[in-house]
Amino acid sequence: MRKLTSCKKYFNFDLSFKLVVGACALISIFTTFAIIYILGSESLLFFKEVSVSNFLFGTRWEPLLSPQHFGVLPLIAGTFLIVLGSAVIAIPCGLITAIYLSEYAGKKTRNFIKPILEILAGIPTVVYGYFALTMITPVLKNIFPDIEVFNALSGAIVVGIMIFPMISSLCDDALNSLPRSLKEGAYAMGATSFEVIFSILIPSALNRIISSFILAISRAIGETMAVVLAAGATPKLTLNFLESIQTMTSYIVQVSLGDTPADGIEYKTCFAVGALLFIITLVMNIIGRKVSKRFHKGIN
Amino acid sequence: MSLSSKKILKKRRFIEKCFKIFSILITFSAVLLLIILLTHIIRSGAQWFDWQFLTSLPSRKPSRAGIYTAIFGSLWLMMTTVAFAIPLGIGSAIFLEEYAGKNRLSRFIDVNVSNLAGVPSIVYGLLGLAIFVHYFNFGRSILSGGLTLALLILPVIIITTRGALQSVPKSIPFAAYALGAKKWQVILFHTLPYALPGILTGIILSISRAIGETAPLIIIGAATYVAFTPESIMDEFTAMPIQIFNWTSRPQEDFHSLSAAGIIILLAVMFTMNSVAIYLRNKFQRTKND
Repeated sequence: MRKLTSCKKYFNFDLSFKLVVGACALISIFTTFAIIYILGSESLLFFKEVSVSNFLFGTRWEPLLSPQHFGVLPLIAGTFLIVLGSAVIAIPCGLITAIYLSEYAGKKTRNFIKPILEILAGIPTVVYGYFALTMITPVLKNIFPDIEVFNALSGAIVVGIMIFPMISSLCDDALNSLPRSLKEGAYAMGATSFEVIFSILIPSALNRIISSFILAISRAIGETMAVVLAAGATPKLTLNFLESIQTMTSYIVQVSLGDTPADGIEYKTCFAVGALLFIITLVMNIIGRKVSKRFHKGIN
Repeated sequence: MSLSSKKILKKRRFIEKCFKIFSILITFSAVLLLIILLTHIIRSGAQWFDWQFLTSLPSRKPSRAGIYTAIFGSLWLMMTTVAFAIPLGIGSAIFLEEYAGKNRLSRFIDVNVSNLAGVPSIVYGLLGLAIFVHYFNFGRSILSGGLTLALLILPVIIITTRGALQSVPKSIPFAAYALGAKKWQVILFHTLPYALPGILTGIILSISRAIGETAPLIIIGAATYVAFTPESIMDEFTAMPIQIFNWTSRPQEDFHSLSAAGIIILLAVMFTMNSVAIYLRNKFQRTKND
């Protein structure tokens, strides 16, 4: 007994365990600050050479050619095309799948569909890129004969497929979390399922549904490999889905694949573009979560 | 009932039926999509998928190229990632769940973790490039790649571990406290073992995400041609998704088929891990109900 107490004097297990796990938790804060510091400091070096307004409002992105142009708008336009196309596909399909799962499907169908959606969500993006290049693009070529080998449409479709399971599972959760009394009240008044869904359930869960759209779009913006493989590497300001474009993410990959020295301007452009990407997705994620929280207040 | 209201009722039922059929079609097109995806990959990859493919080094000639180094690269990479991510992730979750009260710091860490979970993976690549490759000077090694992926999956592990810890019934720690156990003993020997299946499920799912991650590895500059299997954590490496990307981005058809063969292996590994995770989850739920 005496031995034990003396041991305790030298080593406090409780305190040291708390300190160890506390240090682990600090890693995540450290990660955030590291991301902000790295992106910030490298972008500052970039903005010493290129003015912020030239970067944000310039319409030519040719950092790998000389003379160099550093206008990020073409990359934003490319990202926007992918987001627009994928949202047009994934939002209606995701919402309707969620409605089917929560309102129409029996337990057996649900147990069959849900794992399939999970598998679709878990397939690596590089595999989707392969699928877009070798399957979707040839099919599109039959429909639009003058489509380019690398085109925004194929990338947008495949990104749509990727974010669709996310939307359907978040919307499914949103619809399932509604109190049963809402639904039953409407059915008791003689409404059909269609009417219950569109005039009662969707309006009641609207905040969480919209939040799921915002989170999915934020994921589409950060999507990389599928877009690199399918949509090409031609930065241009266009709204034509049949042309090759370049997104913010695929520019960063393009530079990384080449041999750029760590002190060159090309290296710094990656961090400037990465900072922009980080800010856009962070803001969207924060808005997405705020919107979904408001729903909780409303329902209570 | 008047004639017009009968008409309206008919119309309402018609819309109802149409919408139901439409929603079934949309939902099952997801199933169809998965079938198309898998058959397309298996059809193009099967011809290259043999023992020689598994045991050969990468090569310029498609007929002699294999995925041997990439498989070993991925194995090393995952071991490194797991070695860092699991202790850090479980530790953070224990702190947030058991020690941090409801103060400002814990809420800050909480928001922080969910924000990190939404950061695009390519940004983690930039972080790894600046910190591990250049600042710590680990080079384009397995260590740099593993650490980058560890930071990437950390938020997921923290979130799922917290969920598992929350689901432990209060009677377990109370019983241990009643017998005079210290807090660290209660957590390590009672709460944590009880939550273990849930934690494991989360870890396996996050590894199966990490093993397919490509973008961060490309950003930190993982070499695409490596003619040897790694022997230490500081060696250069290639990984399965990188090899697949490399083959897919070449114009020749034969390389596309090779990448399909690579995808078959990658998906097989992922499906196995996911099934184990689902099995654990079901078993866990059953024992909890008992």
